[in-house]
Amino acid sequence: MAATERLFGSSIKRREDPRLITGKGVYVDDVKLPGTTYASFVRSPHAHARINGIDSSAARKLPGVVAVYTGKDLSAGGVKSLPVGWLLPNIKLPPHLPLAVDRARYMGDAVAVVIAESPYVARDAADLVEVDYEPLPVVTDAVRATQAGAPKLHDEAPDNVSFRWSLGDKDKTDAAFRGAARVVKEHLVNHRLIPNAIEPRAALASANPATGEIILWVTTQNPHVHRLLMAAFVLGIPEHKLRVISPDVGGGFGSKIFVYPEECAVTWASRTLGRPVKWTAERRESFMTDAHGRDHQTDAEMALDADGHILALRVKSTVNLGAYLSLFAPSVPTYLYGTLLAGAYTTPAIHVEVTGAFTNTTPVDAYRGAGRPEACYVVERMVDLAAKELGVDPVELRRRNFIGPDQFPYQTPVAVMYDSGNYAAALDKALEILNYGAFRREQDKLRQQGRYLGVGFSTYVEACGLAPSQVAGALGAQAGLYESATVRVHPTGKVTVFTGSHSHGQGHETTFAQVAADELGLPMEDIEIVHGDTGQVPFGMGTYGSRSGPVGAAAVHMSLQKIKDKGKKIAAHLLEASENDVVYEGGKFSVKGSPNRFKTFGDVALMAYLAHNLPKGLEPGLEAISFFDPGNFVFPFGTHIAVVEVERETGKVKLVRYIAVDDLGRVINPMIVDGMVQGGIVQGVAQALWEEAIYDENGQLVTGSMMNYALPKADDVVTAELARTETPTPVNPLGVKGAGETGTIASTAAVANAVLDALGPFGIKHLDMPFTPGKVWEAIRSSGR
Amino acid sequence: MTSVTIDVNGTSQTRQVEPRLLLVHFLRETLGLTGTHVGCDTSQCGACTVRLDGAAVKSCSLFAVQADGRSVTTIEGLAKDGKLHPMQEGFWEKHGLQCGFCTPGMIISACEILERNPNPTEAEIRQGLEGNLCRCTGYANIVKAVQHAASNMAER
Repeated sequence: MAATERLFGSSIKRREDPRLITGKGVYVDDVKLPGTTYASFVRSPHAHARINGIDSSAARKLPGVVAVYTGKDLSAGGVKSLPVGWLLPNIKLPPHLPLAVDRARYMGDAVAVVIAESPYVARDAADLVEVDYEPLPVVTDAVRATQAGAPKLHDEAPDNVSFRWSLGDKDKTDAAFRGAARVVKEHLVNHRLIPNAIEPRAALASANPATGEIILWVTTQNPHVHRLLMAAFVLGIPEHKLRVISPDVGGGFGSKIFVYPEECAVTWASRTLGRPVKWTAERRESFMTDAHGRDHQTDAEMALDADGHILALRVKSTVNLGAYLSLFAPSVPTYLYGTLLAGAYTTPAIHVEVTGAFTNTTPVDAYRGAGRPEACYVVERMVDLAAKELGVDPVELRRRNFIGPDQFPYQTPVAVMYDSGNYAAALDKALEILNYGAFRREQDKLRQQGRYLGVGFSTYVEACGLAPSQVAGALGAQAGLYESATVRVHPTGKVTVFTGSHSHGQGHETTFAQVAADELGLPMEDIEIVHGDTGQVPFGMGTYGSRSGPVGAAAVHMSLQKIKDKGKKIAAHLLEASENDVVYEGGKFSVKGSPNRFKTFGDVALMAYLAHNLPKGLEPGLEAISFFDPGNFVFPFGTHIAVVEVERETGKVKLVRYIAVDDLGRVINPMIVDGMVQGGIVQGVAQALWEEAIYDENGQLVTGSMMNYALPKADDVVTAELARTETPTPVNPLGVKGAGETGTIASTAAVANAVLDALGPFGIKHLDMPFTPGKVWEAIRSSGR
Repeated sequence: MTSVTIDVNGTSQTRQVEPRLLLVHFLRETLGLTGTHVGCDTSQCGACTVRLDGAAVKSCSLFAVQADGRSVTTIEGLAKDGKLHPMQEGFWEKHGLQCGFCTPGMIISACEILERNPNPTEAEIRQGLEGNLCRCTGYANIVKAVQHAASNMAER
């Protein structure tokens, strides 16, 4: 780091906020264009049905209706299947057309779209489209879908299996189990979640028939990926004619990564009609069609020796993919899951098998944490179950199996190499905050009074910034996983940074400016961060998997070095000094040892553009682009502790305390990082206690609105007590790890362990989440204690 | 179509509207005040919260005609003479927002909480915000933002 460092590590107030707190943010639905038409989708009310015909004549007659299109119209217009971005060996890839043709496969599957002069008329007309459905048998459960006699969704996958995948050394794992003193087994359900970013998805496409150019405003976490996939795979239009703008975006949590049917349909419709077409999801549509998360059924077995050392872990998961493969669905329950099953422990042998199954449910894909919360849940629950089985304190068992701080880089038996870590340090700090000994005494005392407190631990490890591209490609990724950053210095010395990362709440306009301002020794006011527009940013892979810091900001850092290097050449020439003697600090290029001989950053920038006096052979201008492709993931870790109280009479679980000690490497803006950790924790706590997507036997989404899907409210949660340890990663020049998902990855397991700890006196070994009052009350009652 | 006259942020606005036009769409589409957001269709999320004659209401659950002759304050009407409202300052100062989508409704609701109870406890703030959902912050910093605003408003 530069010696002028001053903003890196500071809790700078966000530059995004003045517009967002005054109502001057611009989200997709806020963009208004003259002549705009509005789309409303006709969706299947059945989870599985043959489409025998669609009669849109009544809808077309309604005044104000511009057009009605069906899947056949789109196919005739050249629209192809949505692509899949990660291919596994022998994967079955049934087509996923933006509008279903012949068959609808989940409740909410779009079968037609109405375009009208107003959104109200579009909605009226959508209700007038008559679809002749012939209901078909339904399967919603992934295990059931793989069994003989289950209803079949796709001809391409006659057993409803898209892929079978495994990782690890099976023979070694089996041998370890044969020699084990103790084996702990459990069936673990990691239930389905619905993301619920508060801004519904939206798209506004505006095609210019005269130029062939199309601008698409869309709620996406990765505008360039959207552009590439829509242009090259779905719509078959030249990539350079499509400009994708992702302005202010109201939360993503993964659900806005994927290319969805709706933006494809409105873009096609705008080209066809020569008018702007806008669609904004109603919340009921968000529930039905935003890619869901999790939905694993797992049989896990842990082998231990007599001293409580973990010898092996065997995991078999059947995962629900929903009705179609969403963009990154194959990667989430495989490479983002199986590779994290070592957790923080020295488990020498691990074998995992995953079966991905199609069902008549909403497609499932990455949701905050994406595979890693599922892995953390398996590992941390199994460690707790093992501790109980062995009669060892859960903290002690963890400690006994931790990878030591001197063992890094650490090669796990599930392919990944951990870059750095000190797991015991984070645990110690968290225990100190909790005052563990005192807590256990208090717990005992309260139990005597009929009050049931529980404490749960999650000593997690997670992986962010999936990389490098070459390895990801070898494993099936259909995309590179680098990030780009362009730094453009203007003639006045002001700077615009164009990043391929995308902020939808993460605050890049602030944190990336902190990085740039520090490196250049300039005030933050001189730095502008531009993101979310393929017309301005040359290329980008976007934001997901907590990659913006470790990959995106690191790319900015790379380009800044190039700017300083070129600046040094120009300054050396102007100062008549050797380039090697020029140092850059505090916004000035000066001659080593002669601080009064200097040129300011602005002097050098101006000369770069005047080009009146440049070193021989040096091109004018001062601009640099970089693509940072890290050599590895980064691996944040830490200890989360949940304290809960279970009310015996009602089964109600109350979150009492939450402690999180995270190691995220170096932290650019502690305020922003803490904010993301707090929010992530609540999202994970909510899975353990309240949130659950439920389908009935007919495939109807019972939890289809905010009235019956229990999102956490302010009054349900507590403010977590946060602390950090800091182990910088060597993987990127900033030493930063990801911070956006740790909270969600760690917290679900911590809360589950706490609830089961509280239920210990009732002899309850395991319960599946969410721990709703009815379920907990029933378990207590059945225990007979 | 029917005529409505609504005072919005201190300016009288008369428009011809469809009787079924929701107040939130009147604000967003008819007047172009897009700071008020729509996050759900069941009046749970509170992103559309505005003040109607001083009461915090969900503008997705009212027709524009129901606001006829009344006065509405939206997020755009909070700052006065270029100076942020203390609640806006609180949200900025205490990092009470991330994506910002729930924020206008959250700020409007929080203002009403403090008008009813200028010195609320944390529990009272959390209870008061039950009608507004935030998916980013986990509410921790929203609570701090409201406390910050309460303390600043008490000083003034």
